[in-house]
Amino acid sequence: MRFEHPATFNPIDQLKVIGHPTSRIEGPLKTTGTAPYAYERHDVVANQAYGCVVGSAIGKGRIAAIDLEAAKAAPGVLAIVTAENAGKLGKGERNAAPLLGGPEIAHYHQAVAIAVASTFEQARAAVQLIRIDYAKGDSKFDLAAVLDTAGTPNPSFGGPADTDIGDFATAFAVAPVQLDATYTTPDQGHAMMEPHASIAAWDGDKLTVWTSNQMIAWGVEDLAKTLGIPKENVRLISPYIGGGFGGKLFLRADVLLAALGARAAGRPVKVALQRPLMFNNTTHRPATIQRIRIGAERDGKITAIGHESWSGNVIGGEPEMAVSQTRLLYAGANRMTATRLAALDLPEGNAMRAPGEASGMMALEIAVDELADKLGIDPVALRITNDTQVDPEHPERHFSQRQLVQCLNEGAARFGWNKRNPKPGQVRDGRWLIGMGVAAAFRNNLVTKSAARVRLDQQGRVTVETDMTDIGTGSYTIIAQTAAEMMGVPLEKVVVRLGDSDFPVSCGSGGQWGGNNSTAGVYAACVKLREAIAQKLGINSEEAVFADGVVRTGNRNVPLAQAAGGGDLVAEDAIEYGDLAKTYQQSTFGAHFVEVGVDADTAEIRVRRMLAVCAAGRILNPKAARSQVIGAMTMGVGAALMEDLVVDKRHGLFITHDLAAYEVPVHADIPHQDMVFLDETDPMSSPMKAKGVAELGICGVAAAVANAVYNATGVRVREYPITLDKLLAQMPEPV
Amino acid sequence: MRSFSYERAASPGAAAAAAASTANAKFIAGGTNLLDLMKLEIETPAHLIDVNDLALDRIEETADGGLRIGALVRNTELAADARVRRDYGVLSRALLAGASGQLRNKATTAGNLLQRTRCPYFYDTNLPCNKRKPGSGCAAIGGFGRQHAVVGASEACIATHPSDMAVAMRVLDAVVETVRPDGTTRSIPIAELHRLPGDSPEIETVLQPGELITAVVLPRPVGGTQAYRKVRDRASYAFALVSVAAIVQPDGTGRVALGGVAHKPWRVEAADAELPRGAKAVTARLLGDAKPTKDNAYKLPLAERTLAAVLRDPRA
Amino acid sequence: MQISGRLELSRRHLLIVGAASLAASSIATPLPAAAQPARTGAPVMTRVSFDVNGETHQLELDTRTTLLDALREHLHLTGTKKGCDHGQCGACTVIVDGRRINSCLTLAVMHQGDEITTIEGLGTPDGLHPLQAAFVEHDGYQCGYCTPGQICSAVAVLAEVKAGIPSHVTADLNAPVRLTNAELRERMSGNICRCGAYSNIAEAISEVAGRSA
Repeated sequence: MRFEHPATFNPIDQLKVIGHPTSRIEGPLKTTGTAPYAYERHDVVANQAYGCVVGSAIGKGRIAAIDLEAAKAAPGVLAIVTAENAGKLGKGERNAAPLLGGPEIAHYHQAVAIAVASTFEQARAAVQLIRIDYAKGDSKFDLAAVLDTAGTPNPSFGGPADTDIGDFATAFAVAPVQLDATYTTPDQGHAMMEPHASIAAWDGDKLTVWTSNQMIAWGVEDLAKTLGIPKENVRLISPYIGGGFGGKLFLRADVLLAALGARAAGRPVKVALQRPLMFNNTTHRPATIQRIRIGAERDGKITAIGHESWSGNVIGGEPEMAVSQTRLLYAGANRMTATRLAALDLPEGNAMRAPGEASGMMALEIAVDELADKLGIDPVALRITNDTQVDPEHPERHFSQRQLVQCLNEGAARFGWNKRNPKPGQVRDGRWLIGMGVAAAFRNNLVTKSAARVRLDQQGRVTVETDMTDIGTGSYTIIAQTAAEMMGVPLEKVVVRLGDSDFPVSCGSGGQWGGNNSTAGVYAACVKLREAIAQKLGINSEEAVFADGVVRTGNRNVPLAQAAGGGDLVAEDAIEYGDLAKTYQQSTFGAHFVEVGVDADTAEIRVRRMLAVCAAGRILNPKAARSQVIGAMTMGVGAALMEDLVVDKRHGLFITHDLAAYEVPVHADIPHQDMVFLDETDPMSSPMKAKGVAELGICGVAAAVANAVYNATGVRVREYPITLDKLLAQMPEPV
Repeated sequence: MRSFSYERAASPGAAAAAAASTANAKFIAGGTNLLDLMKLEIETPAHLIDVNDLALDRIEETADGGLRIGALVRNTELAADARVRRDYGVLSRALLAGASGQLRNKATTAGNLLQRTRCPYFYDTNLPCNKRKPGSGCAAIGGFGRQHAVVGASEACIATHPSDMAVAMRVLDAVVETVRPDGTTRSIPIAELHRLPGDSPEIETVLQPGELITAVVLPRPVGGTQAYRKVRDRASYAFALVSVAAIVQPDGTGRVALGGVAHKPWRVEAADAELPRGAKAVTARLLGDAKPTKDNAYKLPLAERTLAAVLRDPRA
Repeated sequence: MQISGRLELSRRHLLIVGAASLAASSIATPLPAAAQPARTGAPVMTRVSFDVNGETHQLELDTRTTLLDALREHLHLTGTKKGCDHGQCGACTVIVDGRRINSCLTLAVMHQGDEITTIEGLGTPDGLHPLQAAFVEHDGYQCGYCTPGQICSAVAVLAEVKAGIPSHVTADLNAPVRLTNAELRERMSGNICRCGAYSNIAEAISEVAGRSA
């Protein structure tokens, strides 16, 4: 199905199932521990052996010598695979650094070997017996030190390296109020709870991998390419994924090494990356250095806005597109952005929840707060003043929907923003200095092809199959809701099967594109199935009403199941998009409000209240969508206050590489979170009239925390994470 | 993790004797630190002596009105004991500030004292660490040092002791009771249990090979207002950046010890005497010899401000 | 609060403050001292038996096998999750003799005679434990990987509060413990949820505890 014109009334608009806060249908499995994750598939293949991965002990260089004798002789060891004996390997389209290093080493903890043994204990012991001598190479590990070498990256997913509208330099120079500040964000880790894990089994030249991956088709392609085998010979199965956040978008070492280990051992092999290896072995959100300049009139009107960002990556890696949102979020006639990329020998940087905007909003939304402070204008009002209903670079191009102002106003009213004292450091509650902060939320909506297959059987059951994944986002449920709405059956009559490369290729889970696109694909397949049913029943599909398990035309009611009386009816289709995303700018908006307490003595920061108001198209399932937003807010609190993959610039690694050293928020860090969706349907986005929402929640929230800390203390920290050591020296004297 | 043989000891003396007679043996009680380190092969015992069957899980009153805490009393039980809550609040508070509910249910009194550092360079076996591999160097010096010691450190090691409980034990003047492989017992004041790193940071306590902690004895209660204040980035389930254990009497005298600043719980008796003169005077004496780095210099004002807060309102 | 029979058992264990578990293990048949490991690092195998969810299991295991791996790899009870294997996340939380512990940081061989409750012992998809039902209702999970640990922890937290065990945020150590919001969040902090379902988890537990979040 081509989606080329704005959606009109369609069966989804009945909202009998869609739009309801249905509990997620896989909940009983997850809460009882019966949902099977990759490493747990004792049921799928017999005789599984265990693999354990060795990571490089140096940041960059080469393996001088490798001695496997002791490890090979260790009890239970079945095989050891290194680059020397792995055979010729290619590299996936989406991998920058090779997944199996040697003799060249690209980064610390790059996999260099896998030991396969009969038991987990034996495999883990064997890897310690592998002796490797390394020769360190010339290397660069310090982003700040290599800024001068940063180059202009090729136009990427996130847009061109440079944009220039009007005359930024002049407009900024003459602006009566100027802000010019530099912000830094650290490297961050996905730290999903389930490690990267896979079971690989060969049957002749056919390979099946039970894994944990967000993008099944990408994984198949890149695994086939890396192994040099036809992709028809590769099957990936990933029905449950214990968190991804972008860290499981791509083929990673667990998959490849399980496959290589299984081939070498002649047995199925299961591998989970050890937690202390994950942070350096896999990808991360790259650190940024961002300079923001804003020029404004005294009434707050922005006349010039410029945003430059530097990040680093391995050769072949992409920049962090931290400037993207600045092209669209606020008005202003004169604008520029610039993205620069430096070569670094740290692990590969790649997408993490809301790549680009998450980092960019961390900086931009402090900058706007700083500007408000300079202007003496309320930061909510300043944002409203600079709202734009058109793409500021192309004023003829409108936003499909843009309720930023409504989000800010609604949020301010609900949060009690009028009680905020604009003068910092004034509000006390016992030992706590209290502050409130606000930030806009912004994340683009991405449309992309997505396919599904729908089957009607004699019991009137509707089965949906698509390689879409559910990484905790609610895909199972919203897909079931979509099929139920389209076919006029209760939710219980829908079976959803996901995450299998034997199913039609979906959009997958990433970039907050999963919800809208995957359900639109199911919509397309259901439209086709409705036609097939109508044809089978000899009725006009245009006039048929699918409701309550029957197909109705005029006075005639036919049970849906009857259409499948002669055998299952199957339909497959994909949603494919025309130019509406070009004609209209499709984005999602919100406003974050945060109240913090900062201990007047120790400068410890604790979040006391949080509210997000979001406008993101039709909300297909408010319960699941709300969870996505509050989860993203939680990750944003981590980004604001603690998360830091600290670079050891001498040894070239993230030294905080376990869950004790890389702190992420715990229960005690997160208060009750309020979250409100504004009514919105977006007919430009898809027949679902929905948009992405799962990443909107992290965009801006860290800045709202930062702004609240400033309001509490009067100390402006521009280097994330905002920790007490950065506040202490300037804290007001304790009373 | 290397292979090891395993036995369950039947008595403290037998446990100590077994440890002395078996090459590369270790005691295991809660296991929450030892197994963590064994998985990384930072600890590589060939033999484990499980001491959990020993009858060292009681908290008894001593003749002079104190408490004898069995080495195997779990952190949860110790923190929840009514006598500890009433008379040794600083200890209860320190225990509850540490780790997580799950870990406190397993971790023992003796094991808590013998925790090894959380220095990330100690934990990464690819990097130099004199504590893990004597003579290999200290990668923490000149590296990521935000968590590290500001006082009592050496050229060989700047690690901190991670325990909260030990800081409270130090301020309470606890005494550690042990049994040695030859069956003799001794009492070690907590102040003497832990060593400063010097040039042998791998040796962390004065315990001899095979020596088993059997109990920790608290002197009779000293009263006063007791506080343990732990400062950290994350609100829970995190190690201290700085912690303050304090006992303050109505007349302003008292005792204070710091956690997170040194290779051992940090107390300077002469600093106690400054308590009536306030936090600045106390920390000047406590941390007068501090040699902080750029990364951890914040611990000096932080310790002073935290102590000031505790003195102002010990119950906050 | 509604609790299952097994929970009742857990609570009784709690009330006698651990003494039961020690007594139980001390009367268990002592294991023979295991053979010395060969110089090659050959595994040392040892027998152990314990009850899991009311069923007795006898296993012959490499001494290095953690309770977590015994459950997941040997008994195929994969509801208990391995998130970090180092006691830093709580995904492996199970209840042993009434107390929640991290099953990754304890050896299976150390649990001779113990009674272990895992997520599979609390309820089934068709017969959810009240906390499991509340987690579903309040969407107290996303990816689901930390969820069994959160639920096992929550079961134990409610029992700990009933047993009067204080926490870091208990204002008065010498007064009865009340399950406030702050208490709940502090006590659950050993269970990390990277998806960030904390706010919903707190509401789910509060509902079962008979309070509003």
